Amino acid sequence: MFDFLEGYDVLGAFWTTVQLTLLSAVGSLIWGTILAGMRVSPVPLMRGFAAAYVNVVRNIPLTVIIVFTSLGLANIFSVTLGAADDFDAKFFRLAVLGLTAYTACFVCESLRSGINTVPVGQAEAARALGLGFTQVLTLIVLPQAFRAVIGPLANVLIALTKNTTVAAAIGVAEAALLMKEMIENEAQLLPITAIFALGFVVLTLPTGLLLGWLSKRLAVKR
Amino acid sequence: MSSVLYDTPGPRAKRRNVLYTVVFAALLVLLLWWAWQTMSDKGQLEWAKWSPFTESQAWTTYLLPGLANTLKAAALSMVIALPLGAVFGIARLSDHRWVRVPAGVIVEFFRAIPVLILMVFANQFYSESTAISSDERPLYAVVTGLVLYNASVLAEIVRAGILSLPKGQTEAAQAIGLRKTQVMTSILLPQAVTVMLPAIVSQLVVIVKDTALGGAMLNFTELLNARKTLAANYANVIPSFIVVAVIFIVLNFILTSFAAWLENRLRRGKKSTGAVLPTAAVAGTAATGVGGGGGIGIGGGAPGGDGT
Repeated sequence: MFDFLEGYDVLGAFWTTVQLTLLSAVGSLIWGTILAGMRVSPVPLMRGFAAAYVNVVRNIPLTVIIVFTSLGLANIFSVTLGAADDFDAKFFRLAVLGLTAYTACFVCESLRSGINTVPVGQAEAARALGLGFTQVLTLIVLPQAFRAVIGPLANVLIALTKNTTVAAAIGVAEAALLMKEMIENEAQLLPITAIFALGFVVLTLPTGLLLGWLSKRLAVKR
Repeated sequence: MSSVLYDTPGPRAKRRNVLYTVVFAALLVLLLWWAWQTMSDKGQLEWAKWSPFTESQAWTTYLLPGLANTLKAAALSMVIALPLGAVFGIARLSDHRWVRVPAGVIVEFFRAIPVLILMVFANQFYSESTAISSDERPLYAVVTGLVLYNASVLAEIVRAGILSLPKGQTEAAQAIGLRKTQVMTSILLPQAVTVMLPAIVSQLVVIVKDTALGGAMLNFTELLNARKTLAANYANVIPSFIVVAVIFIVLNFILTSFAAWLENRLRRGKKSTGAVLPTAAVAGTAATGVGGGGGIGIGGGAPGGDGT
């Protein structure tokens, strides 16, 4: 019944999807946190830069960004991320870069609304102790903000998992590209689609449940 | 200039801030200089590569038809997905388990699948099972994929919109003897529509952005795809990317601002019940809306959606 699967590495394709997701998630968490820090910093130039970055990048379709990493960054600016000759590695890394640049906007915005949930007294008390801006942010405010935004960040992670399919636009061999190839070559439209749909449900559903449980457990009780 | 997060800067802090500003500005200038230099090395700054955008031909042949297709696909998807989403959203609130559970399963299923998978499936399905011509097929496939995904997102928006109304509305309606259908159609839905209007408009941003997926993967001739043919003609990769990105940014910025304006207006409106579904009601849950009660005031809005 599943003869059509022969000769296709479905699990390998989903493994690429998982790798794209995890690497971009770590990257966008770091870059998004830095952006959020800049958005609330005392330096006006940094505030302006972060605000402009977020408002510009999140309004560009991810597809445009991903295609640009290949045609623009790689071909014109010669940014190959240390893999000039290995095409698979090059496009994979470029896709991670594009996904990180895009997803960081949503991480930044979630964190910013998380900072809003921290009571004013927390920051005031921290300043009264003589802590500087960086200390107030990293020791007092951000730890509480992170715990408040696990739910929204989980949604960003789930969206990111689904967004990795856009990497197919520059030929990264992940799940959506393999699915396109398979349904064009095999006359098994419904079973193939069902397998890939199920694959994504399996990837996203546990993420949502686990992080949903975590966000309730870790939420700061006030 | 001060905030809850830092004290009003004294002389030392002022000096430090100036230092940070200078260093950061230097980094930015360095980055821009590198980009400018590389672009001029590769001949991307030559006037011949930018001049097409000042003439009407590049617009009428490539960009405007592409933009028209983008808008057409987005508008069609929204118009079809909205009633579907309303039906499923209301079905999820049904008193009957046999309506509520299947509707919930369908909505959660389509929300968990990437739009691209749905588009690719629809494209192949139309080519195998229908007589839609291959010119028309990408549009159908893109709209189908977007409708399936966004109907399930809109179903959640509708559900959240109805649930956000004060309970007294339902109770009062029941007290004057309205039936369940009447409560829904004449009391809850009309109020819910205004409540969820901002969320619907910001979902439109997600739809506009997702149409580009069809251009890259299914050869749908929308804006991103039109850029490809334009760049092949004038050999202006970077300028064409910049122009297309600016068009998308302006379009989405207008939609986002409209959503924010609507939300603000509804929040202040005296006629409404005061309930309003923020633009990110479905995307963000825990953090949004809690900030009102004395949180750190950094003028934070809600994160705008989580779509592709």
